[in-house]
Amino acid sequence: MIDIGLGHYLTLGAVIFSIGVIGIFLNRKNIIVILMSIELILLAVNINLVAFSIYLGDLAGQVFTLFILTVAAAEAAIGLAIIVVYFRNSGTIRVEEIDKLKG
Amino acid sequence: MIAHAIFFYTFSIIAVVSAIMVTASKNTVHSVFFLILDFISISCLFIMIGAEFLGMIMLIVYVGAVAVLFLFVVMMLNVAQQKNQWFAGQQSSRHIPVGLIISTLIFFEIIIVIGGWKYKPEIFDINNSISQSSISNTHSLGQILYTDYIHVFQISGMILLVAMIGAIVLTFRQRSGVKRQSYIKQISRERAEGVEVLEVQSNKGVKLDD
Repeated sequence: MIDIGLGHYLTLGAVIFSIGVIGIFLNRKNIIVILMSIELILLAVNINLVAFSIYLGDLAGQVFTLFILTVAAAEAAIGLAIIVVYFRNSGTIRVEEIDKLKG
Repeated sequence: MIAHAIFFYTFSIIAVVSAIMVTASKNTVHSVFFLILDFISISCLFIMIGAEFLGMIMLIVYVGAVAVLFLFVVMMLNVAQQKNQWFAGQQSSRHIPVGLIISTLIFFEIIIVIGGWKYKPEIFDINNSISQSSISNTHSLGQILYTDYIHVFQISGMILLVAMIGAIVLTFRQRSGVKRQSYIKQISRERAEGVEVLEVQSNKGVKLDD
C-alpha cells in the first residue's frame, strides 16, 4: 500500500479510462462533454505508457506519449471545429437532437 | 517512500474525483474546469515519477491550449445554460445500464490484466540504472526523438498542419455585407474619375447631385 509500484499507476489509468467510457455512454448533455471524455481516455493511455516507460527504463513509451499528445490536440481542434459548424447549421448540439443520420 | 505514497494518493484521488466531475457536472463550463484540474494533477504525477518533460508539455499543450479551446467553444456556443438531465427522459434510461455494464467490464478486464502481470526482478535494476544516470529526462528524450524517431516526429508535424488547415477550412465563412478595404481599388484610382473641375459662375453656385 505504501510502496508505490507500477500496478498503482496502471490501476489509476484503468480507473480514468473507465470513467471516460462511462462519460461517453451516460452523457445526456452536449457533444463537447463527449469530446472531453475522449480526452480523458487518451490521458489514461498516456498514464499507462509513461508508467511503463519509467518502470521498464525504456524511453520509447514517453516518445509515444508525445505523439499521442499531438494527435489528441489535433483531434480536439478538428472535433471542436466540426461542432462549431454543426451548431451554426442546426442550432443545437444536444445529443438527442443530433439525428440527421437516422442512426 | 512515504512521501512518494502521500503525493501519489493525493494527486490520483484529485485526478479521479475531477474525472468523475467532468462527466457528472451539471454545467459544461464546470466540466472544462474539472478537466483542467485533472490534467494538472496527472502532470504532477508525471513530474513526480521522473517524466518531467512530458509533465511540462502536458501542462502547456492540454491546460494552455486544448482546455482553453474547449472553454472558448463552450462560451461561444452558449451551451453553458443547458442543464444536465440525467435519468430524466424516456430516451436516456435506455443507454445507462448498457454504459455501466460495458465500462465496468472494461475496468475489470484491465484490472485482471494488471493483476496477472508479473514483475520481473531485473526490471528494477534497469530502472535504477536509468534514474542514476547524469543526463536529464529532457536531454535523453531529445537524443532519441531527433535521431531514432525523426520520421515519426515529422509525420506528427504534418498531422498538426493538416489539423490546422482542416479547422480553418471547416469554420471559414464568407460573410456578406462586411466592408473591406481594397488596396488595389484605392491605388488604381485615376485623377479623371475622382476630381472634376467646374467653372463656377458668379452668384449661381454648383449643383453636385447627379
